[in-house]
Amino acid sequence: MHALSRRRFLKISAGSVAALGASGVIASGFARRASQAAEKGTRTVPTYCNVCFWKCGAIATVRDGKIWKIEGNPLDPLSNGRLCPRGTGGIGANYDPDRLRTPLIRVSARGKEQWKEVTWDEAFDYIAERMGKIKEEHGPESVALFSHGIGGTFFKHTLRAYGSANGAAPSFAQCRGPRDTGFELTFGTGLGSPEPTDIENARCIVLIGCHLGENMHNTQVQEFAAAVQRKATVIVADPRFSVAASKAKHYLPVKPGTDLALLLGWMNVLVTEKLYDVDYVTEHGHGFDEFCEAIATCTPEWAAAETGLNVESIRETAREMARHRPATLVHPGRRVNWYGDDAQRSRAIALLNALLGSWGRKGGFYTPSMMPIPDYPYPPYPETKRPKVDNPDKRYPFAGDSITTGIREATITGKPYPIKGWFVYATNLIQALPNQEETIRAIQNLDLMVVIDVAGSEIAGWADVVLPEATYLERFEELHIGPFKQPFVGIRQPVVEPPHDQKPNWWIAKRLAEKLGLGAYYPWEDVEDYLKWRVEDAGLSYAELKEKGILLGEKEPLYFADGVPAEFDTPSGKIEFYSEQLAEAGFDPVPRYTPHEEGPPGSFRLLFGRAPVHTFATTQTNPLLSEMMKENELWLNAAVARRLKLKSGDRVRLRNQDGITSHSIKVKATNRIRTDCVYMVHGFGQTAKGLPSAAGNGASTSQMVTRYKVDPLMGGTAVNVNFVTLESES
Amino acid sequence: MRYAMVIDTRLCVGCMNCVVACKTENNVPDGFCRDWITETVRGEFPDVRLEIRSERCNHCDNPPCVSCCPTGASHVREGGFVMVEKNKCIGCKACLLACPYDARFTHPDGYVSKCTFCIHRIAEGLDPACVSVCPTHCMFFGDVDDPASGVSKLLTTRQHHTLLPEAGCRPHVFFLT
Repeated sequence: MHALSRRRFLKISAGSVAALGASGVIASGFARRASQAAEKGTRTVPTYCNVCFWKCGAIATVRDGKIWKIEGNPLDPLSNGRLCPRGTGGIGANYDPDRLRTPLIRVSARGKEQWKEVTWDEAFDYIAERMGKIKEEHGPESVALFSHGIGGTFFKHTLRAYGSANGAAPSFAQCRGPRDTGFELTFGTGLGSPEPTDIENARCIVLIGCHLGENMHNTQVQEFAAAVQRKATVIVADPRFSVAASKAKHYLPVKPGTDLALLLGWMNVLVTEKLYDVDYVTEHGHGFDEFCEAIATCTPEWAAAETGLNVESIRETAREMARHRPATLVHPGRRVNWYGDDAQRSRAIALLNALLGSWGRKGGFYTPSMMPIPDYPYPPYPETKRPKVDNPDKRYPFAGDSITTGIREATITGKPYPIKGWFVYATNLIQALPNQEETIRAIQNLDLMVVIDVAGSEIAGWADVVLPEATYLERFEELHIGPFKQPFVGIRQPVVEPPHDQKPNWWIAKRLAEKLGLGAYYPWEDVEDYLKWRVEDAGLSYAELKEKGILLGEKEPLYFADGVPAEFDTPSGKIEFYSEQLAEAGFDPVPRYTPHEEGPPGSFRLLFGRAPVHTFATTQTNPLLSEMMKENELWLNAAVARRLKLKSGDRVRLRNQDGITSHSIKVKATNRIRTDCVYMVHGFGQTAKGLPSAAGNGASTSQMVTRYKVDPLMGGTAVNVNFVTLESES
Repeated sequence: MRYAMVIDTRLCVGCMNCVVACKTENNVPDGFCRDWITETVRGEFPDVRLEIRSERCNHCDNPPCVSCCPTGASHVREGGFVMVEKNKCIGCKACLLACPYDARFTHPDGYVSKCTFCIHRIAEGLDPACVSVCPTHCMFFGDVDDPASGVSKLLTTRQHHTLLPEAGCRPHVFFLT
């Protein structure tokens, strides 16, 4: 296992900055900062947030040239004028002294993190030369892009122009992909983001492993709190007594890995007791009889034995769901790559919703609409000669998107063809992908690796070229046109200038295209020309959008009852209780529960999730957010902790089934978790192994994920299949 | 006129937006905060109850931090705001010891600092920053002397408690349960 060090990387980059303190580049940075400091008074700039993927409308206030605060934009239907702590704390990244400042080129072995500072021109020349060589030797498809978030738009465009369609985001195979596949197989459409959950009108909300409130999906948390306020019934099934569980009428402490059994048990109760929406199922359902037959043995007694729950609580919660239907929302969750059968598990959630008649109904799932904004009329991309590399021969037949780990595998094996260049934009792949060793092995096969980021993330430490990006508060961006209850378009615009030589993503992608001789793909001069064209071609005022930050469209029908056609884009044209296409592909046509492997005696299943103040492994460098939560803690059942003679605050290391030992982490002995698992927040432990851990910012979940299971339907990588024991440090 | 804060613990998810917003609004120095989140867990798994509270200076009616202040820097303003006049503060820390809520800290510039109920925003007719940003709408601010105010109605219709009532400070941050 290779050890990584973000801190080492930052230290070196900061050192080289000091050494070059008199260079023109840095001097110009200081000059600009001086002009900002000269600005007096207060002004506001509407924009949209980028600290997570929700993209809430925000208004930044600048006082005397410095960003003072960021608040929600009251016009924005996502934030309703209220951000989450990450949005409020987004300023922190701007004033992070450890920000990347200038382009860097690697000067020693990959991963050693030794760099020289270069100009943008030198960086582009270096990249263009290598890309030319890869194109010549392997073909343009041998360059791939990994990106997260809307900022990847222009890099995708440049790479398509270059001739590669290979690109993927961890948000599919490492996050919500299984869920979208499960819903698509059932209703004919995936869920996307934001999920079209009508929490606002739900009378009963069922969360199964979904820790709303700890994952700060702003709109949903706001609607959830409002639902609690108006006394909607909340049912939470989770091995951990989550914050949402504390708001619930029914809390089911389900054994980890058995939730599919619980879902089947619930459905069995609804069918056996004829509590399901008979009219809805009769009108819209396909294969209901076969479905009933398949789940006939999944009695609540059976489910109770599998899940560790008592029979009555399973029955009672199923009846509770039925009492409130169709305004009962069984939330699909977000990151659901857990056990390897996750698409089927998500399909079971879809089917439970179907039994309750909640899809297309008020209080269940609404039909989102989007602002009709035309694409920019770019020249057509060159035809790619070889199919995408991530899912050869449709090995995962129901993958609806590209698979990051498929690209990684092709990079390691050279099959179906070699991948020789990686562009990595705004995603720390070292933490985002399972099995860090495989990621590093893939990187070692590359002829070119470019990382574009705001801070020196771990993945940047492995790059050949690091390009420093302006933060979201310093740049224009692609328009935000999200699917939601009301169509809207949002604009991101610079609040302040970048302090050094950082550049916005559009500028980087455009300049690179020009260096590659692909300037024709960027017929616009400035990104504002591009934005203005799109907005005005839609018949909207660009000036008004800039002033307000958000423009709203006409509301469209949300539910079947309002006139949304009850159409399902499945092979049968109906809701598929039984799926012929799954059967034909050799999979269970109705989800079936198979018990998951248990850990060695004395071990705990490692579970992880999120905290409201951090986004993945990307915000730990933000001083304001890191002050809120500097390190993660290991949740350990209080009784187990007593048995192990551990108490809150004690430090331990985890050792997983493959003998990998974690960084030091503090114990949180708590009555809020089962005895057979431990839990920690993802994204921490970014300090190198082998360096003094005095800084001590927790342990990395990803480091412990040496084992993962691949979902055979869609290629998702399940990570809740690792087991750990604890080694006390005292 | 007597201002108070009312916080519905049933809605709070402990996201800390109140803490971050206070820090940016009031330019609170690194390493310090004027409000914070506390969790109380009762019971044994799985029969657990969790109360999450956003805590801060309680702007007490009987504030020991004011009575112990040797210079008069700690004082009460009309409306019940317990304030520190930084120019009069000698940084003796008597108030830090007197406050049963540990709500005060010494600013790196040498004077004592704490929550002001965002008196500068109240003067403009706004809510305190923490209240205005809360995504769960669990926090309320208003005049408890006015029986028609939102906070008065909440306190007459909902069960609530204060922190350490036995300390006798008559705190004015109320937690709905």
